[in-house]
Amino acid sequence: MAPGVELLYWEGCPSHPAALAELLAALAELGRPDVEVTATEITSQAQATQRGFVGSPTLRVGGVDPVPPPPGEPAGLICRLYRLRDGRHSPTPDPADLRDALLRLLPPPTQES
Amino acid sequence: MSFAIGALAPNFTLPDTYGNATPLRDVDSPVTLVVFTCNHCPYALAWHGRLQAVARDYGPRGVRILQINSNDAERYPRDSAEAMSARVGAGEFASPYLHDATQEVAHAWGAAVTPDVYVLDAEGRLAYHGAPDSDHGDESFAAVWLRDALDAVLGGRPPDPAQTEPVGCSIKWRP
Repeated sequence: MAPGVELLYWEGCPSHPAALAELLAALAELGRPDVEVTATEITSQAQATQRGFVGSPTLRVGGVDPVPPPPGEPAGLICRLYRLRDGRHSPTPDPADLRDALLRLLPPPTQES
Repeated sequence: MSFAIGALAPNFTLPDTYGNATPLRDVDSPVTLVVFTCNHCPYALAWHGRLQAVARDYGPRGVRILQINSNDAERYPRDSAEAMSARVGAGEFASPYLHDATQEVAHAWGAAVTPDVYVLDAEGRLAYHGAPDSDHGDESFAAVWLRDALDAVLGGRPPDPAQTEPVGCSIKWRP
């Protein structure tokens, strides 16, 4: 099993189901069913600070945010603001940005005998 | 819980970004549109352009349009009065942007998310409450639910639907 992708979310923001669907779609498009996806709910400001959670949803690939936030972005229980490639605001990452980041951050699939 | 369709909207007077006391009602306006919004929420920002287009299109038709930020600015500094003024100064708003610093108006109205849209008839009764349209991510929807509701009330008819599910970021209440 490849190193997984972790979806950090806060229940107070309605975007995480769409984020999960878009993540699974990107992995399917990349032919990576071997990648384990886990979801972790962030429930407190203290937990948000401890996890460096700058808003819901936040993804981690091998511990790295595939769509890094601006420097100094504060941790907190909030909906995360993403920018799509055409400049529009969005509650989830641009699917193309996500796909490119997964390609960059995921190790190649392991050969199974 | 918001007030019911057909009920009188709770009255208010709030300051705009220039400090002008701005009342809910204007006796000359046949319809009033109130939008709870804010500066940081991706849903509010995704719908923002569509809502300003509605303001530009319906303001000249006599619709009174008020946009309100009720978020706790202490914990969410992007929703501060200064940040509101900066956006207005940058020309991002096509109607007054009011500050509900005490959150009393959001509580009284039962506003829950941003954006949360309310249309009142000439008597100040709630005619439509909900989302601008069905998809924050698709600008081609053009706030059609809201536009249909405004057209209905301007035409003396009840909107259909009168209620949709508002979708967005929770209003950030003070502790």
